[in-house]
Amino acid sequence: MSLFRKTGRGVVDDSKVINFTFDGKAYQGLEGDTVASALLANGNHLMGRSFKYHRPRGVLGAGWEEPNALIAVDRGKGRVTPNVRATTQEIYEGLKAESQNRSPNLKFDMGAFNNAFSMFFPAGFYNKTFMWPKSFWDKVYEPFIRNMAGLGPAPDADDPDVYASTYGHCETLIIGAGPAGIAAALSASKSGERIILVDENAHMGGSLRSTPNIEIGGKPASKWLEASLKALTKAENVTLMTRTTATGYYHDNFVALAERVKHHIPNAKIGKVREALHRIRAGKVILAQGGIERPLVFNGNDRPGIMLASAAQTYLGQYGVAVGNEVAVFTSHDSAYQAAFDVADANTRIAAIIDVRSTIRDDLIMGATQRGIKIIKSAAITKTFGKLRVNACEVYEPESGKKTKINCDAILMCGGWTPSLHLWSHSKGGIKWDADLAAYIPDMPNENAVCIGACNGDFGVAAALSAGHKAGGGRKAYKTNEIEFGSGVVLSSLPSYLDSSKQKAFVDFQNDVTEKDIKLAVSEGFKSIEHVKRYTTNGMATDQGKTSNLNALEIASKAVGKPIEKVGLTTFRPPYTPTTFGTFTGYRDNELFDPTRKTPIDPWAEANGAAFEPVGHWRRAWYFPKDGEDMHAAVARECKATRESLGIFDASTLGKIEVVGPDAAKFMNLMYTNPWSKLPALGCRYGLMCREDGYIYDDGVVGRMAEDRFHVTTTTGGAPRVYRHMEDYLQTEFPELDVWLTSTTEQWAVIAINGPNARKLIEPFVEGIDLSPEAFPHMTLREGKICGVPTRLFRVSFTGELGFEINIPAHYGRLVWENLFEAGQQYNICPYGTETMHVLRAEKGFIIVGQDTDGTVTAHDAGMSWAVSKKKRDFVGKRSLARPDLVAKGRKQLIGLLTENPNEVLEEGAQIVDDPNQAIPMDMLGHVTSSYWSEPLGRSIAMAVVRDGFDRMDETLSIPMPGKVIKAKVVKPVFYDPKGERLNVV
Amino acid sequence: MFEIHCPYCNEKRSEIEFAYAGEAHYVRPTAQEQTEMSDEDWSRYMFIRDNIRGEHAERWWHNSGCNMFFNAIRDTVTDKFVMTYKMGQPRRTETQIEAARKNNAEQKAKS
Repeated sequence: MSLFRKTGRGVVDDSKVINFTFDGKAYQGLEGDTVASALLANGNHLMGRSFKYHRPRGVLGAGWEEPNALIAVDRGKGRVTPNVRATTQEIYEGLKAESQNRSPNLKFDMGAFNNAFSMFFPAGFYNKTFMWPKSFWDKVYEPFIRNMAGLGPAPDADDPDVYASTYGHCETLIIGAGPAGIAAALSASKSGERIILVDENAHMGGSLRSTPNIEIGGKPASKWLEASLKALTKAENVTLMTRTTATGYYHDNFVALAERVKHHIPNAKIGKVREALHRIRAGKVILAQGGIERPLVFNGNDRPGIMLASAAQTYLGQYGVAVGNEVAVFTSHDSAYQAAFDVADANTRIAAIIDVRSTIRDDLIMGATQRGIKIIKSAAITKTFGKLRVNACEVYEPESGKKTKINCDAILMCGGWTPSLHLWSHSKGGIKWDADLAAYIPDMPNENAVCIGACNGDFGVAAALSAGHKAGGGRKAYKTNEIEFGSGVVLSSLPSYLDSSKQKAFVDFQNDVTEKDIKLAVSEGFKSIEHVKRYTTNGMATDQGKTSNLNALEIASKAVGKPIEKVGLTTFRPPYTPTTFGTFTGYRDNELFDPTRKTPIDPWAEANGAAFEPVGHWRRAWYFPKDGEDMHAAVARECKATRESLGIFDASTLGKIEVVGPDAAKFMNLMYTNPWSKLPALGCRYGLMCREDGYIYDDGVVGRMAEDRFHVTTTTGGAPRVYRHMEDYLQTEFPELDVWLTSTTEQWAVIAINGPNARKLIEPFVEGIDLSPEAFPHMTLREGKICGVPTRLFRVSFTGELGFEINIPAHYGRLVWENLFEAGQQYNICPYGTETMHVLRAEKGFIIVGQDTDGTVTAHDAGMSWAVSKKKRDFVGKRSLARPDLVAKGRKQLIGLLTENPNEVLEEGAQIVDDPNQAIPMDMLGHVTSSYWSEPLGRSIAMAVVRDGFDRMDETLSIPMPGKVIKAKVVKPVFYDPKGERLNVV
Repeated sequence: MFEIHCPYCNEKRSEIEFAYAGEAHYVRPTAQEQTEMSDEDWSRYMFIRDNIRGEHAERWWHNSGCNMFFNAIRDTVTDKFVMTYKMGQPRRTETQIEAARKNNAEQKAKS
């Protein structure tokens, strides 16, 4: 057994030795230890280096507030977790822990040169230094900052572990299982309602674990705790969750719980849930988060061995570890005496209690006297000694000016207590300043929530138990034999003979913010506490200022010359403690991160070597390369084959909405710019949709199935928003219309057949439809069967060729496709993808909404005034189309561009100007929206929006590109078969 | 994450089932009114919203539930929903909102 282990105490099992390594060195601990308690038991205090100055650091605390002792836990490739607090990581057999922020090792760290030059690294150092010269950024400053930035090793491989997420509900959620939380659960459990009690630690009990010798109702606290947890475990309506942190408290009592399922398990297998996010909706939330002790801000307060008094109590009470052999206690608050007495009672020598106050409670003096402890009143520590561990301190008594050097290998400090308001503040609960406690405490709630115990400013075990019992709906008074928790004083500066500029008195240990830095920030004009925080980075480290915020506030308030309650408090935001991305991601990883929609024909495309592209959430066949073709060659071949004979295309992703009801035509008249009343049943029409602002919103072919039924198609990406747009108007503006809307996008597979042989191909498969041009003209539809499957057959064309769009029930999509493809071999049928579709439509000048339009283009701008009814009294967008801006000169209009060099393909998005020799910035006329190589035409084609484009026909415009200027002529945007004769090939 | 009372389902459901749909009680002018409206008045209807601090009348869509649009009064200071009501019902008066607030407080006190 090690020198510092006091056997028979706490949660550790003296019989179970656990082997682990820290920085490659083998250590032994006991089952139940954390990395920190096990290292301390081995007499090792040095656990980390600070962020900015790389100063050697030991533990400050014993729990989740710890700023110093950050480690990386290494479980193999992709499984290294950085910035884990050594104070919360339970050890297990084979655990590999590494210290951080040091090079080459913890005892000798090159980065510590920053410490020697700390006078050159004041608050705002980066802002002040890296300003000039500009040329230094790339080569000097950025590499330097990058090298300094970041804490802990970044992952270098995918995380192979599994994370879970789940929802839960309860009537009462109790957060924190210290005396208050446990008493609340005991009393609330009587109601029979669902209770969840969570605690972030491995063992419930909170402060009772640190002070097991206090008697509750005449029994030791440890016995009371054991009996209470047994009763709660037995109660069927109570769920106990340990190793679970309530990380965020959101609207309407929605609380996120992050459970660390496997962090304490040796050799945890990949594939089992490592962490789980529980999203709990609670009727009532009882917050029993406790309080956090404040450090004292004195010169040299950061040496390894200097820690919070309560931390020493916890190491002793919970883990049976003494933090030193000869311990000095430095305090401004009564509560440190209990810690000192506990430590002394475990046979550790207390070198002295140094109290800044002049009067001390009689019972405390008596307790010290009984134990032979010397109290030095009205005094402060002004210096500490020791390189990697404190070995002495200098005590200064300002009244006499006396300075005494006291040998000690640990210093326990206590600057009072801060109630933990984190979750209360997430819920937007009000807070108020309590002058006696010198702390903020909860005020009015914003949710159905209550704070109890230390987080409500009610310190001490008896107060916590009674408050807990009451919050759970019961009434019970508890008696304990604890020393009265008492009070303290808060001093923004401790007495010292040293000038404050000569001191290294740390406020935020992790980010190395000193008292001096905060004063400097205020003197440089930062008066708001939020600005002081950001300028000094106080409270911005991974511990989020749990131990530093109130001390910083005290110092800033004094420097600003305003009372603390007028300075305010920085905002608490979730998460309460650092939470892994895995927890937030849960199952939504890889293919579940953003699910891909696939058509029924997608497997065929995959089997036939398609290259895919994402379109909205869909993946669509982009082109079908043959024999190592690149995209350009494949698309040229697909275009040629379709125009010369036959192409087949999967158009299933088109959005589809069924508009049904006696007022269906009336509704269509209001939603689209075109007129619908006179469209006969089995007729088709191209529909153009505006929003109320008059700009093009969507388009698509609409078939009228019957007097009261329309088969509407939308763009692939636009389907959800068009459906919402229609529902909105139908429900809120035109509720008198008797119309029903159904999204049918996924009910229909759609196969587009295009090319001179299209009719010949489908003829043998079609039943009940006369396909002859006279009986079935362009822009009509028929119902019948194809391959024995019911179909809505549209004769439409998005390519300019004779075309059919075959709608069949989705699950028959692949069957029909494969039949047609096989039969199409005689015509050299060519499957094509979205790229060829884009080229073929551009050759005809058909727009793609969102590519050729951008939300500022009207039907008129797009050259489609023909699609806007002049006769209709009303449609969505009509009034806006008459707005002065939309009819003014100078609007950008859609035109075609032909480059002077036919082999030059313009870049989409390229800017267009009149005179390329004008001064920069040039007067931009517009930009290229679509541009392709056209195989049938043997040249490039492009569409563009250009200011007053319709009036510029035959003008030559310039497109300045890097190193050259491309000239192009303005033409009508129909490049191929302008008369549309190919639609009617027989 | 809010719990929102859908006045059509008549129950509280989680916010993920809903989508926000802009400020409420902007009634689209009729065809006749549109032709008579000045450009300025039309722009005001189209583009100008109150964005008030406090009790905000707004539209929500129960898109992953019953698919209905409805109105709500929500306090933009506390983010809290005060009440929801069906589409087509008139704008809630100060008295009605106050009564709803009181009722909410009583419900909360009971639980």
